[in-house]
This record gives sequence, structure tokens and C-alpha cells, in this order.
Amino acid sequence: MQAISSWGRLSAFPHEVISLSSPQQARRAITEHHPGIAHGMGRSYGDICLNPQGVLWNTLGLDHLIAFDEASGRLICEAGVVLRDIQHLMIPRGWILPVTPGTQLITVGGAIANDVHGKNHHVLGAFGDHILSLRLQRTDGRVIDCGPDLAPQWFAATVGGMGLTGVILQAEIQLRRVAGPWLDTEIVPYANLDEFFTLADESEAGWEHTVSWIDCICKGGGRGLFMRGNPCAETRPAPHAGHLGMPFVPPISLVNPLSLRPFNTAYFNLKKWQAGRSITHYEPFFYPLDNIQNWNRMYGPRGFFQYQSVVPRSNGREAVQAMLGEISRSGEGSFLAVLKTFGNRQAVGMMSFPQPGVTLALDFPNKGERTLKLFERLDAIVREAGGHLYLAKDARQPAELFRAGYPRLDEFLQYRDPGISSALSRRLMDY
Amino acid sequence: MTTQRILIIGATSAMAEHCARTWADRAAADTLALILVGRDLSRLDRVAADLHVRAPKVRVESIVSDFAKPEAIRATIDAIHAQGRIDVALIAHGLLPDQAQCQQDLTACAEALEVNGLSPVLFAEAIAGHMEKASHGTLAIIGSVAGDRGRKSNYVYGAAKGLVSRYAQGLQHRLASTQVKVVLIKPGPTDTPMTAHLKGAAKLTPVSDVAITIVKAIDAGKATVYAPGKWLIIMHIIRHIPAFIFNKINI
Repeated sequence: MQAISSWGRLSAFPHEVISLSSPQQARRAITEHHPGIAHGMGRSYGDICLNPQGVLWNTLGLDHLIAFDEASGRLICEAGVVLRDIQHLMIPRGWILPVTPGTQLITVGGAIANDVHGKNHHVLGAFGDHILSLRLQRTDGRVIDCGPDLAPQWFAATVGGMGLTGVILQAEIQLRRVAGPWLDTEIVPYANLDEFFTLADESEAGWEHTVSWIDCICKGGGRGLFMRGNPCAETRPAPHAGHLGMPFVPPISLVNPLSLRPFNTAYFNLKKWQAGRSITHYEPFFYPLDNIQNWNRMYGPRGFFQYQSVVPRSNGREAVQAMLGEISRSGEGSFLAVLKTFGNRQAVGMMSFPQPGVTLALDFPNKGERTLKLFERLDAIVREAGGHLYLAKDARQPAELFRAGYPRLDEFLQYRDPGISSALSRRLMDY
Repeated sequence: MTTQRILIIGATSAMAEHCARTWADRAAADTLALILVGRDLSRLDRVAADLHVRAPKVRVESIVSDFAKPEAIRATIDAIHAQGRIDVALIAHGLLPDQAQCQQDLTACAEALEVNGLSPVLFAEAIAGHMEKASHGTLAIIGSVAGDRGRKSNYVYGAAKGLVSRYAQGLQHRLASTQVKVVLIKPGPTDTPMTAHLKGAAKLTPVSDVAITIVKAIDAGKATVYAPGKWLIIMHIIRHIPAFIFNKINI
């Protein structure tokens, strides 16, 4: 037994960790030792990748690339391959993962199971939009190959399926042509949500990547920095990567009411001063925190929650304003706050998070009951607006909000593997 | 530019595979050939396919061999050398036995000694003859910190690795007047499938870090290298603890 935490560090329960080292051995391990749940880099924030007192199938040994077609950009690889390795290998060869989230330190299997999205959702959708096929190992020994055209129902259940339809062994990914590692980027400060939405709308046509940092605390929240970027053909040498890290867990959260307001003000004004166009390397632009090892430790020994919701565009402005109001009043929150619009696209997965609308993501240091009470007030706003919460981030939402927010749940449940169970699946789906 | 030929025995071991990836990553076009020797063709093919995607210009060849029979080892190594001289050979196979089982079951004990001790030495001996004749090449063997001092929790494995250490020492002596370098690598506990059941017991070193240490040691032709380097100090202390104290410690 081994104590395992997810990225939020909210718990550290013992798990029986079984390493998967080859497809053949994985088949034996999965059929002989279950119920369990697949676990890759452990970067999801809540309990989706945990199974306290039970089995975790660690997929990091399934890290082999299988085939790559240089002409078409199709890559077949095992599910434990980390996105960073694909980027490092393929970008110099003119290919890039079409969609990556705010960290590249996740596995292909995890990216599919959470149907992760990036800053270019309005152009390219989510990770699952670029999966041509995948292979599932069921705990009864059956192997299922599926894709958009092959057993499409299995595919739709597995993309965003929380790892509950089987263990993903391998996948075929359609990479995308890229000129190099550089982006033409721009930072535009905005004063309120109206300005944010105007910027988001006018950037949709001309900019592939859009995201914004939002100050969740200042005057009811709403000012922020809009960041947008396009790939470009710049050929300067790669910058030297920094190696910062949090070497230990501080006794209290470094993010607290004393530090938050001055930090946000300083950050906003510094960036406002630096606003404008520049050429930025893809790593700091896409994955700003990846160079700070163990940054999640800054929230102290009790860990942190991330609350990420999406609400439809029709009432999105009001819902976001209401949530920021609640957060600002509570004095909670963190400088890690992101506001972004999603494109008007149908998700591939039955349980995928992205939907047309606007998504707000915020970190909260865990202060127990106080934090949970605030989430209940935020839940009410999300429920009212017809939105839902991102399962990759969730550690606490009530089952009733989950059911209301994911209308294809009953359809999805038919594809679950009875030998797979996680802390999240027991919390929200009974087993 | 001539092609560098690197021979890897036990190529499906995690440590060997990460060395192969390191070599493949840094190879310029058409200048590297990797010869992978293992026991199971499908597992070798998985490694070869991965290397091919990473470095399409690197030539990768898979060869299946019996690892227990001296004549099979001789035939495999002779056939490889008949294709041309080898610049680097890495002997990397091993298996971490269950010490308690070795004490109960002499077959398991014998297998652990053969796989970790006898077999690597036979491969090394076969390769050393060719390298000596050509007066060229670097022969690297993976030992272990476990071979530095026997202790109750894994002395069968330690004894086999100790055999490898002493063998490498002798081979270094024999080849000292030639251009052939013999490199003995002693990794500490490393995060690989071989140690999967140990996880949580200790902080294990990432296998990619150990691979970088191995590749650098081979480049430099160092005689003995601990991976990571801190094990040089740790093992120096452990080797020098007097027996009357050591025998009371539970390690």
C-alpha cells in the first residue's frame, strides 16, 4: 500500500499501486486485480484518479510510441506517453499536438479520459476531436478498438469517460502541422466582463489561442488580462527553461487574504505595463506553471480545490459576474483564475466538459467548511445558469448537480466497466 | 561519417531502453545503429518500434538469444561481430528476486544467480574477446550498489551483482594495455518495472536520470560509476560499517 494524492493534495489515502509495464502484462494485471482505476501523472485535481484502499493501475510504464506517419501526421502510441514527450519529439519535425491543456505533464490516456481542452477550443475543439482510434482493455479480458467511425458509441463513452469504460491501452492521434515552437502573442488588459466578452468575440476569427487571467478579488472581480496567440514561423533559438520548484510544503497556504490582493494588483499592473505584441515560446505560453515543480505545494498541508464551471453564453455574463461577486465577498480565491470562452461546438464525448459558453476556473486553498460553503453558493449559480463542473477538477460536487449538468449520464452508464471504480465514480454514480 | 554500432544486451530492460532512447535522441542522421538483444521477440519489437518513431534515421535491429546457454551466447555475439565491429556494448539484463523465496527455493535462487551474475559475465566475456582483438570499443556492464556489501534483505541478488563487479575489475586489469574500456555502472534503487513492488518504501531515482548517467559514463570511459553519484558516498559508508554494528542494523 502506498499513499497517493491527486494534484489538489486534499487526501493521501493508501492505494495498492500496480504498475503496467507492457500491453500483455497490463491485460493480466487488469483482469486479475480489480476493481481499480487507471492513474497516469496524477494531475487531475480531485478524486477522479483515486481509489482509496483499492487498486490503482499506474500507466506510466505504457510509454512506448508505436508508429508515426511523417506524411499524414498520424501518431500511434501507448496511453502512458506524456504529452511533453510528444511535443519535444514532434515540434522540431514540424508536427504538434492540436490540443493541449495548461500542463503538458499528463498522459495521453488521461487527456482522453478527461477530454481535455486548451486555449484553442473555438478553433480545434478538445483532445478527443483529434483521436482517430483507441484501444480499451476491459476487466473481463475483452479488448475493444473504437474511434469516430469504428464502434462510435464506445468511443463517445470513452472520450471524457473518466477512465470508467475500460483501461485505455493505446491511441492514434492526428497531429497538426506547425512551423516551429514560437507564437505571435498579445496581452490586452480589460477592465470588466463586458470588455472581456468583446475581446473574446473579436478575437475568435483572427486568433487561434485565447485565454484570460482574471482578478477575482478586485472591486467585485472583473478586470483582467486577455491573452491571445497564433503560431508563427519565427526561428530564434529556444529559451533556456527555468527550474524553479517548491521544495517543501509550507505550514500554511502562501495564498491567503493577506497575499492575494497585493499579488493580484501587482501582477495586473506589471502585465498592463508589458501589454502588447510579442513573440513567445509555446512552453511558457501554453504551460506557464510546468517549470515550477510541485507548485501545488504552495497551498499548504491542507491542499486546494479547483472550481471550474462552464455556463451557456446566453446567461454567461451574469453567471460569471455573480460567481465573482460571491468569491470577492468571501475573500477566498487565488491568483490562479482563468476565464475563457468555448467555441460553438458539439463535444465528442458523452461526458465531455466543454460546451458552448464561458468557463471560469479558480483555485481555492482548502479551508474546510468555509470553502465548501462558498462552493455551495457557486453551485447554485451554475445550476441556475444550466452549466456544469469539470470532473477532472472536482473533489466535492453533489451528485444532484452532476446529474443535472450531464444529461447523457444514463446513456454513458451502459458502457461502464463493472470492474472499474474510482472515488469520484462512487461519489457521483453509486459505484 | 562512419556509423556507430551500439550493442545492447537485455534491451527490453527499462534501464537499457532509456539508454537507447538517449543515444537515439542525440544521434545525427544515419550515424547510429542499435543492435538489441533480448529473449522475447515481441518485447524487442515494441522497443524497436518506439526507437524507430523517435529516431527514424537510426538503424535498429532486434536479435533473440538464449541468455542461459554459453554456446548460444557465443554464437549470438560472434554473429553480431561478423557484421562489423562494435563501438559500445551495454549489458543490462537482470531480475530482482524475492530474497525470502530464494532462501526457500533453490531453483529460484539458482535462477537469480544465473540471470544477474553468470549470464552477464558470459556475454561480457564473449564481447571482450572481440573487442580485445580489434583493440577497440567500450564494454559497459550494469552492476548494482547491492553488490558492494551483502545484506539480509537481498544478498542473493547482491552476490550475483558482486560477481559482476569482481569480474569487471579483472577485465579492466586484463584490458588495461589496450584501447578497450570497461565501464561498471552501479545504480541505486531505480524506478523501473523490476522495482515496482518496492515503490513507497523508498524514493526511487527516475530511470531516465540513471540512463543519462550511464550514457555519460560510457562517453567518458570511466571505470566505475554510481548512478546517481550520491551512492558512491552512501556505499562507502555502508562498506565500512564494522560487522558487529552492521549485523544489528535492519537493512
